[in-house]
Amino acid sequence: MNLHEYQSKELFELYNLPVSKRGLITKLSDIDEAIEKIDFSNGCVAKVQAHTGGRGKVGGVQLCKTKEEIEKFVNNWLGKKIVTNQTDDQGLPVNIISIDELASIEAELYMSLIVDRADKCVSMIVSRAGGMNIEEVAETNPEKILKVKFQNGHKIDKDQLLKVCSKLEFNSEQSKQFHEIVEGCKKLFLEKDLSLLEINPLVITSEGDLHCLDAKINVDENALYRQEDILSMRDSSQEDEREYQAKKHDLSYVSLDGNIGCMVNGAGLAMGTMDTIKLYNGEPANFLDVGGTATKERVGEALKLILSDQNVKGILVNIFGGIVRCDLIAQGIIGAINEIEVNVPIVVRLQGNMSNEGKELLNSSGLNVIGEDSLMEASQKIVELVK
Amino acid sequence: MSVLIGSKTSAIFQGFTGSQATMHAEQCIAYGTNIVGGVTPGKGGQEHLDLPVFNSVKDAVSETNANTSVIFVPARFSKAAIIEAAENGIELIICITEGVPVLDMVDVIDVLNHNPHVRLIGPNCPGVITPGEAKLGIMPASIHMKGSVGIVSRSGTLTYEAVNQTTIAGLGQSTCIGIGGDPINGTSFIDCLRMFENDDQTKSIVMVGEIGGTAEEEAAEFIRHNVSKPVVSYIAGVTAPKGKRMGHAGAIISGGKGTAQDKFKALESAGVSVVTDLNLIGSKLTELLK
Repeated sequence: MNLHEYQSKELFELYNLPVSKRGLITKLSDIDEAIEKIDFSNGCVAKVQAHTGGRGKVGGVQLCKTKEEIEKFVNNWLGKKIVTNQTDDQGLPVNIISIDELASIEAELYMSLIVDRADKCVSMIVSRAGGMNIEEVAETNPEKILKVKFQNGHKIDKDQLLKVCSKLEFNSEQSKQFHEIVEGCKKLFLEKDLSLLEINPLVITSEGDLHCLDAKINVDENALYRQEDILSMRDSSQEDEREYQAKKHDLSYVSLDGNIGCMVNGAGLAMGTMDTIKLYNGEPANFLDVGGTATKERVGEALKLILSDQNVKGILVNIFGGIVRCDLIAQGIIGAINEIEVNVPIVVRLQGNMSNEGKELLNSSGLNVIGEDSLMEASQKIVELVK
Repeated sequence: MSVLIGSKTSAIFQGFTGSQATMHAEQCIAYGTNIVGGVTPGKGGQEHLDLPVFNSVKDAVSETNANTSVIFVPARFSKAAIIEAAENGIELIICITEGVPVLDMVDVIDVLNHNPHVRLIGPNCPGVITPGEAKLGIMPASIHMKGSVGIVSRSGTLTYEAVNQTTIAGLGQSTCIGIGGDPINGTSFIDCLRMFENDDQTKSIVMVGEIGGTAEEEAAEFIRHNVSKPVVSYIAGVTAPKGKRMGHAGAIISGGKGTAQDKFKALESAGVSVVTDLNLIGSKLTELLK
């Protein structure tokens, strides 16, 4: 789950991490009150709050010297959508704008904490090359990227941290501040079950202090059951409507651009099914995993979800019945079709447990449903049918 | 021989009396696996499926000499269950549970590092099966056949697909290991490849990967230097968009890393036969073994 920048900064404040004061604007009349919350003598930075990076490149982050400039920015953005190189063509709605107190910048650094899959621990990545795309730095100048692993009960190796400070050319006061920032970030990361905490840039101000100018947080979805305060920060307007609905029904769904809807049991097989469709010159409309224990009800909900996408011209169902009985899945599909209006062809590949019985049920149902037992043939069939 | 589980396995189920555990334990027993009991705190002393229930892993191990545990407890209790098994004499832990918080797994790895004789498979996995000998997991028994292909996979149903094809091809399987779809897990591709390379029954290997992380790239490096047996590999997620989690917590392309194309490239350069069509795993293997 992603948080907005302003929400991340609120969490940063709870852990004594240095961030700029800010005011929030959700309507034009909020501007005066927002300005009062900050030192506006040198102006402020107005920032669109949306779950995407690359906001600056499309004018979503702007220096404002006067109240009029803020008004213009708010009028430009509020209620509109922001499209960046990280969003899809539709973009994301802008419902909140933050105005942040100005910081004087001497140098820009990069810092993040991640769940390190390779070393199976939490690690810190830090670099003198901040403010830009860190993946590019990793490609072009890998020596500029420093990594510190927190191992054996998330311990920070003090000697290693000192070496990092010297490589980052910090003076003793900055080193002290950096230690505090690392400790605070680690505490926040562990206590709130984060999967990513990124500060890009972490700046050195003209006073020589370290300061978190941006803040990005991702939270582990699996841990939300024990993070009620984080869960209450969820902004569903930033999520795909169908993906959000899917979550409510415990289905795993991702929207794609194609016209063949997919319903599959198991995440790996669901990806494999999308790939197979593509391989036979079709375009998948979605990823959808109905889970290892697909029931009649879930199959019905999943069909409705797929059909709510207007682009869908045909559906491929791929079930490898392990524990799941294919005849029950077939009944679920027939029941759902009888309940909701389905105007597109459906090809169903059933394999495994009771698959012959399942196919028999589908083929004798009199509905526009075709049962197949090979994924190859089923994929070719649906691609042909949507042409 | 086979790897991980076989005729010497003596297993308990943690979360034994739950409905999922019960259903799968019944099927494992029906397959002929040596299940000796189970653990459900508070229900010690009872019987379930004609087997003894214990309050703790410690009690279960001292009474039954179990060496393996299959974990079916809910995600929020999985960390404690794995650690309990690791610290009380279990050598092989298979955690089926999906949805374990990733930081819980970091803590689990710390404990496993202090107990190097313990191996964890999973979490978020279908388990392990040695056809004809023992089944510890949720995979359908009927598609398996005793044979020579070692199968290792990050995905459940995709494993079944590979199993089915090797059975139809008449090759059968030595052992099938689902290592799980989470970003941090107990056993890696490399661990399994090493076991298969050293196993006499295994004549060839199928490795099923997916987008996200660099486990397949690391496996490719290992294969280049250490695996002499033919390896066929399939990677799911060529069509997956960046930055979206594709069901499995570990299946996400982040910062342009972890794409299927990167993995194909790494595997091919290590001499692995990569199939881009998942329907061709069985036929590719047959072709290689001619």
